[in-house]
Amino acid sequence: MRDVAVVGFAQRQMPEFDGSPTCVELLVPLFKECYEQTGWTRKDVGFWCSGSSDYLAGRSFSFVQAVDAIGVIPPVNESHVEMDLAWAMYEAWIKIQTGEVDTALVYAFGKSSAGVLRRTLALQLEPYTMTPLWPDTVSLAGLQARAGIDAGLWDERAMAEVANRSLTDAEKNEYAIRKGGSSVEELLARPMYADPLRKHDCSPVTDGAAAIVLAAGDRAREVRDRPAWITGVSHHVDPMGMGVRDLTRSPSAQRSGAALDLGGVEVAELHAPFSHQELILRRELGLADDVAINPSGGALTSNPMFSGGGIRVGEAAKKVWSGDADKVLAHATSGPALQQNLVCTLAASTEGNNN
Amino acid sequence: MSRTLQAPVTVAFDYTRSTGPVIGRFFSGLRDGVVIGGRTSAGEVVVPPLEFDPVTHEPTTDFVEVSSVGTVTSWTWVPEPVKAQPFDRPFAFALVTLDGATAPLLHALDVTSPEDVSTGMRVRVRWAAERTGAITDIACFEPLAPGEASTGSTNEASSQVVEPVETPVTGVVVPVSLDYDYAASPEESLFYRGLNEGKIMGQRCPTCQKVYVPPRSACPADGTPTEEEVELSQTGTITTFCIVNVPFLGQKITPPYVSAYVLLDGADIAVLHLILGVPAEEVRMGMRVKAVWKPKEEWTFSLENIDHFAPTGDPDADFDTYKHHL
Amino acid sequence: MGKQPAAIIGVGQTHHRAKREDVSMAGLCREAIDRALADANLSLDDIDAIVVGKAPDLFEGVMMPELFLAEALGAAGKPLLRVHTAGSVGGSTAIVASSLVQAGVHKRVLTVAYEKQSESNAMWALSVPLPFNMPVHAGAGGYFAPHVRSYIRRSQAPTHVGAIVAAKDRTNALKNPYAHLHNEGTTVETVLASQMLWDPIRYDETCPSSDGACALVIVDEDTAASSPNPAWIHGTVMRSEATTAAERDQVNPQAGRDAAAALWKQAGITNPIEEIDAAEIYVPFSWFEPMWLENLGFAAEGDGWKLTEAGETAMDGRIPVNCSGGVLSSNPIGASGMLRFGEAALQVRGAAGEHQVDGARRALGHAYGGGSQFFAMWVVGSEKPSN
Repeated sequence: MRDVAVVGFAQRQMPEFDGSPTCVELLVPLFKECYEQTGWTRKDVGFWCSGSSDYLAGRSFSFVQAVDAIGVIPPVNESHVEMDLAWAMYEAWIKIQTGEVDTALVYAFGKSSAGVLRRTLALQLEPYTMTPLWPDTVSLAGLQARAGIDAGLWDERAMAEVANRSLTDAEKNEYAIRKGGSSVEELLARPMYADPLRKHDCSPVTDGAAAIVLAAGDRAREVRDRPAWITGVSHHVDPMGMGVRDLTRSPSAQRSGAALDLGGVEVAELHAPFSHQELILRRELGLADDVAINPSGGALTSNPMFSGGGIRVGEAAKKVWSGDADKVLAHATSGPALQQNLVCTLAASTEGNNN
Repeated sequence: MSRTLQAPVTVAFDYTRSTGPVIGRFFSGLRDGVVIGGRTSAGEVVVPPLEFDPVTHEPTTDFVEVSSVGTVTSWTWVPEPVKAQPFDRPFAFALVTLDGATAPLLHALDVTSPEDVSTGMRVRVRWAAERTGAITDIACFEPLAPGEASTGSTNEASSQVVEPVETPVTGVVVPVSLDYDYAASPEESLFYRGLNEGKIMGQRCPTCQKVYVPPRSACPADGTPTEEEVELSQTGTITTFCIVNVPFLGQKITPPYVSAYVLLDGADIAVLHLILGVPAEEVRMGMRVKAVWKPKEEWTFSLENIDHFAPTGDPDADFDTYKHHL
Repeated sequence: MGKQPAAIIGVGQTHHRAKREDVSMAGLCREAIDRALADANLSLDDIDAIVVGKAPDLFEGVMMPELFLAEALGAAGKPLLRVHTAGSVGGSTAIVASSLVQAGVHKRVLTVAYEKQSESNAMWALSVPLPFNMPVHAGAGGYFAPHVRSYIRRSQAPTHVGAIVAAKDRTNALKNPYAHLHNEGTTVETVLASQMLWDPIRYDETCPSSDGACALVIVDEDTAASSPNPAWIHGTVMRSEATTAAERDQVNPQAGRDAAAALWKQAGITNPIEEIDAAEIYVPFSWFEPMWLENLGFAAEGDGWKLTEAGETAMDGRIPVNCSGGVLSSNPIGASGMLRFGEAALQVRGAAGEHQVDGARRALGHAYGGGSQFFAMWVVGSEKPSN
């Protein structure tokens, strides 16, 4: 396989974006940052791919206007997935692997606050027997959290520990929209919301956008001294039915992790929109206790729909660029209760590329 | 004044879903007051039945009747119900494994507080007053009364294979209605605010110098936001058009009428609008037209403030003057 | 490792109808998938990854329906991707699926595209009213009709050329058992006599609204060796431009011209009209046949209608276009592009049945979407590509 690295990353996250659901105004400065980081212009980008959702925006073809932000005269080699940024990145990584292009810029955006997010996402469920009941995202996560508590796999304290660490780490993240750790005791003393979840167990509704730049081989080395080489990437999906899967597990995350060499991972950015989901993911990926989890504060403190997963990749890559870590892991999820998952490893060295 | 114009919008449609034979069999059962599960190749009894077997991938054809009484395997409290959920007051969602089934069904559980629900509790189906063949035929689950027999109509050990029904359910209507707060971009907001004052506002791209109307958050040619404000002429040229003879949902004018691209003098891109004040068959490419506004008291933040464009009576523009705008 | 060869060894499609009330969404997709797998002599368990394509989620009222469909499509425990590039999506989805093989990541990829338009109303879903905006268009026909008028003006084409296309495609569809419309006796005269909907577009010059699905099995060189008639991928291209831009050519868009030029180069084709034996071109309104003939380089600008008028796009012409009946005869929007790609593969596999072009060796599959700003195309051939 070709050596491909993450060489650029830009993000915006906010509780409420007051602009258009096409998010064009958000994307223009993001692309500018990517060009500044790489020294490129748009003409250096061989392939573009975006991720977004029509239902989040409340209109068909919500992604169409986003290409304006690129500047598309001359026309560009471009695609779109109705998925998170991490899968847009995967499509671009594949495109580079075919040898057709050497570089790619992928982006995603979503204005979650335009509707009632947890209700909008009920449209993601099986449409005959689930959506008519409008099970909201928080309720589905609550069923999952309870299943693990009842099975003795985790407890409210373990969930509060995740939340407290995330809120504390988020203080150092200028983009996080919820921050400020206290103590596990203080969090446990807060009222129950959607029993067994407290509000801090659930990610806040977040608007935002993000962009990731990929480059192959020497194109990556030209951009950075320490490109974050993608040494492995794998993704899988589970059945949706809440009745037919063990909610305390995420087989698709496990399978994705098992396809990669996770030895030596120092930092893991896990896309866990609910505190207990981090506990599931750590177990499914077999992450040791000395792996630093979500130093950015993670999705629990800021989770813009459709870029929240890709932001994990960007945050992990930054650790490699800075020299803070030599090998990191990034994870993205999609669908209710960790149904679909992508795992990738990024490293300072291309050795051990197990793609 | 806020940075952008905002307004509510509801996206609603009553979807007509065809169910296919498997979900149709489940819905037929609900209509008839029984819960039907599907047996998988591995011997599991799943409610609702899976359309296709997870191992063999064949369509599910082995249906069994399960009890309307079962056990809560997980639950969550819903403190702030959202629109269209089974209750508009706090309730629980629960996964309930019905007696005779091996996998749980998701539905609402009618209890008044989280203290009244626990994993392992016994519950039964509360049927809706009217059943039509939909998941909402089950109004919710409810706790069994104290001392009430804990088995339902079907014994766990003897799930019965069921025969096809005479009049199967084949479809279901699922209303989907979502409320959004729609916001225009800052550039679009400038345009709509201008219309509210009787002006047609554009902006010039600082990179390519083209004048866009409406202005854009990114000039599509080079990705630069348009900046310098330009008030445009209210007179322009029809570049191309069509005569609409077909009625459609939400249409406000009776066909036939002309929908045309109008290149306003001073703009580099045409706007789409209506041409009235001339028989449809007399509208021509190159025809010069001017904006005809609604009475001022009807103005709002919308292109609809311009009622239509009407011929000026001036000679047609030369093809060469607009051929690059087709 | 460079680009790996990839071939289509299975093509499946549903019987397309205005309303497929007999099946669920999963059932519709599986009808196409099961036919494609049978054609490929593979089972779902042999598949490494699944790529799903579909136009806007508002059509069926399900956000990212591939998630609930995952198990029924045999994707559980496998990689699953969902592509959405407006009307070109069926083509883009096939290209993403083929790139998984060409990248050397997977060996056997299943791709499926569908639309179940009868669950809602296409005209509603495509133009949900937005605040501040003004509804002027009347659906896709209202959008494209002014550009057809521009084409007629620019090319000086006789006004009956659109009717020639409609009559040809509807007649071709009689040879395609899967086609939605089987309108016997469609002639230039009957098309011209049909109601003018969006002048200059008549009723018989518009596509229907269909329920339907299409699936392809795309495999690596080793797997293809077991197929008696693989369709080898000789080139794939996607190009996008803006929906609206100052002085954008909406009749002969640059993105389409650029895409075609890149495609012919990849496939080693220097004279498309001589070297392509059959073309499946996305023609939802009849006039788009001559427009795309020019955009694709089969004819010089302004001359596309001359090929159509001379009968050169008929099944026995120099460049047979839409022998399947095309989008004018079946239009499950999300699947329509993949149907073009799949029908091109059937031609070079000699498997197109009654609408087979004798001895077809290289064929074009083409899709476009949005307001003619998204393009996806491929060239497939009966021989393994030399490049």
